[in-house]
Amino acid sequence: MSSSPDFLQTLWFLLIGVLWVGYFILEGFDFGVGILLRVVGRSQAEKRAVIHTIGPVWDGNEVWLITAGGATFAAFPGWYASLFSGFYLALFLILVALIIRGVSFEFWGKDDSPRWRATWEWTASIGSFLAALLWGVGWADIVHGVPLNAQHNVTTSIFGLLHPYALLGGLVTLSLFTAHGAIFLTLRTRDELVDRARGIARRVAPVSVALLAIFLIWTTANQAGGVKASATIVALLAVLSAAGAVLGVMREQDGRAFGFSAGAIALLFVSLFCGLFPDALPSTTSHAFNLTLVAASSSHYTLTVMTVVAVVFVPIVLAYTAWTYWVFRFRIGASDFAGTGTPTPIAVLADKLGGGSDPTGPATGSAPSGVV
Amino acid sequence: MNTLDLARTQFGITTLFHFIFVPMSIGLTAWVALCETLYVRTGNELYLRMTRFWGKFMLISVAIGVVTGIVQEFQFGMNWSLYSRYVGDIFGAPLAMEGLMAFFLESTFIGLWLFGWGRLSPRVHLACAWLVAFGTALSAYFILAANSWMQHPVGYTINHATGHAQLTNIFSVLLNSTVLLAFPHTVFAAYTTAGMLVLGISAWSLIRGRHTDLFSRSARLVLPITCAVAIITATVGDGQARLMDKQQPMKMAAAEALYTTTKGASFSIFAVAPFSHHPKRLNTDIRIPHLLSLIGTLSWNGTVKGINQVNAAEQKKYGPGDYTPIVGVTYWSFRLMIGAGMLMILITLVGLGLMRRRGRLERSRRFLQVAIVGIFLPILANWTGWIFTEMGRQPWIVYGLLRTNDGRSPLVSTTEVILSLTGYIVVYVILIAVGVRLFLKEIRNGPQDPQEPVPPGGAAVARPDLALAY
Repeated sequence: MSSSPDFLQTLWFLLIGVLWVGYFILEGFDFGVGILLRVVGRSQAEKRAVIHTIGPVWDGNEVWLITAGGATFAAFPGWYASLFSGFYLALFLILVALIIRGVSFEFWGKDDSPRWRATWEWTASIGSFLAALLWGVGWADIVHGVPLNAQHNVTTSIFGLLHPYALLGGLVTLSLFTAHGAIFLTLRTRDELVDRARGIARRVAPVSVALLAIFLIWTTANQAGGVKASATIVALLAVLSAAGAVLGVMREQDGRAFGFSAGAIALLFVSLFCGLFPDALPSTTSHAFNLTLVAASSSHYTLTVMTVVAVVFVPIVLAYTAWTYWVFRFRIGASDFAGTGTPTPIAVLADKLGGGSDPTGPATGSAPSGVV
Repeated sequence: MNTLDLARTQFGITTLFHFIFVPMSIGLTAWVALCETLYVRTGNELYLRMTRFWGKFMLISVAIGVVTGIVQEFQFGMNWSLYSRYVGDIFGAPLAMEGLMAFFLESTFIGLWLFGWGRLSPRVHLACAWLVAFGTALSAYFILAANSWMQHPVGYTINHATGHAQLTNIFSVLLNSTVLLAFPHTVFAAYTTAGMLVLGISAWSLIRGRHTDLFSRSARLVLPITCAVAIITATVGDGQARLMDKQQPMKMAAAEALYTTTKGASFSIFAVAPFSHHPKRLNTDIRIPHLLSLIGTLSWNGTVKGINQVNAAEQKKYGPGDYTPIVGVTYWSFRLMIGAGMLMILITLVGLGLMRRRGRLERSRRFLQVAIVGIFLPILANWTGWIFTEMGRQPWIVYGLLRTNDGRSPLVSTTEVILSLTGYIVVYVILIAVGVRLFLKEIRNGPQDPQEPVPPGGAAVARPDLALAY
């Protein structure tokens, strides 16, 4: 079996990489916002404002993951099968975390009792925290390699996946996403919320740079078959980008900081993907059992079909996603939600948006159920 | 229970749960888009209130449908890795297309719809509603194309080097005769589901005399639509049964619990047998002469194949073994589905009759009470329909190609599946409890008062502290 992927296999490895990078940049900040929900938002109105910064987009962000999963299934079924069955309990935990955090954002505003609110705030935070941590653990494991037998089945349980290198990977994504979310909040909120978010970004972003640097040095030192120039250069750029984010935060250049933190996340995963290529999942049992992209790949015909679909639809998806972000580019502050006894956040937002440019923008609705 | 049974149980439970909310989403997105269209066209505030009120149910069901949908996609790889390797070349493509073409569309535009009141012009806002409805139906098409390939594999060849199925023609897969019928059956069933929900909730409020203007209009608008889509669902289902007779004769024979090939076969309405995979006798059996032949072959004395004969034919084709599903399950799931469907048609027809006289519908307490119970009929029909489709295909995971036992994840342990199964049950029970509680709360609260502000399509407000696009 030839081990060098052909053009379409390389292209799909690249595309799947793009989907994961897109997923982590986008969901990265909404993980961060979820984690920080109770830290940045103190009053009811503030929490509502915080949730509203990601309200219109978290669902769409999650679709990047679904599509990455679907694309992996279609282009590299062998990879999809080994990975998903091999990381069974870890993925199960991620799925549960994603479920509870997703519904938390939707359920939170649907009732007024403090217990109800607190419950869904905690589940949003814990779910976001767990997912942010476990994605890093999982990807560190993939790059590091796992015990894989000749049939490309993973032969360890979840405990075999929780070694120090993988756990460090988890801390890297956790800190990067938290900082990313805090920086995102500095861009999307007003008043005290900005100050508080910036304060957190100031503390977390430097930690993420340090963790990222250690993790990438470890990754480079670990690389089977010698150091790869591409992976190493990209890793270096990732650390620089993360440092740029810290600088941006310190100088209160929020837009720049956000660009750099997104860049750091992107470059981290690009570096990991570079290190992985041309394998899909290395085996720590025997080099001969490595699952290569070629072995995991679909047929040439399927890849061709999928390429045509991607060429047509990826630009369309990107266009309307960009448009959504343009429509919802305005800052949101606690004052937008002040003095509203009971309406749902949706009602309040609808009021605010429909109600003119009064900067305090108090909602006038009082129906317990609010509007859609 | 061994690991295989546990994995199947998990897939069954998670799918049935997911499929409470999916048909509601498909149906309610279209219904909400229809209400908003009427508002935009007529300018009548009542339709705006309807859009908002029914939109709440749409949002709750879409939210639960989306988060549980990820589990569905990941489960193939997690619990069915041999299956994934075997069919990935074919099965993965529609799944990836579903993500790229449908999920992005619906999730993005539902965000725009929800948060875009006042920000978007009325027409653009309405377009968002229709794009969401279109996206949910499109996603149904792709996943049904994938499922139809498991029922009736087409457009493939077996790669002898890998031993796996390989795609040869994507159009054969996407235009599989099976999906061309399964899609309208499922989507019209989804519209029926939402229709019965809207009717039932309206009935609940009409009995209590609350917001009668809104609920009377909703009921009168939804009744003829629901009646029509329920009849279409049944008609397409009838066509599916005949197609299945050719493509999966065993499933049809098992649906009728017909053991021996019969000419002029009678139709069994109600049969009870001892509880076993292969009951030797029937305790009760009420039959209508010739009806089965009439339905299956459109002729009075047509030949309908029996389980034993089909099993013998399959043994010849695929080697020794038992190729029958659990007959009691297929027989009863098939009948419950059809029975529930017929009841829905009956209920909506009665409703249409009441509608002809002014105010009769709103005053007919008995009909309204039945309509409330009617909310559960489509859920029953949807569930039994899938149980029939999937359990009737056993022992195959891909009909004629791969047995379910050969599709499992070989190294996922019993303990792991017990943990995940327990976890999903706990999380899903909580979700359903919260979901039902929210539904009930929204029903009790009713629609907002008409004087409440917020017209959609106010000019977009430029805020002074405009943040940079990110």
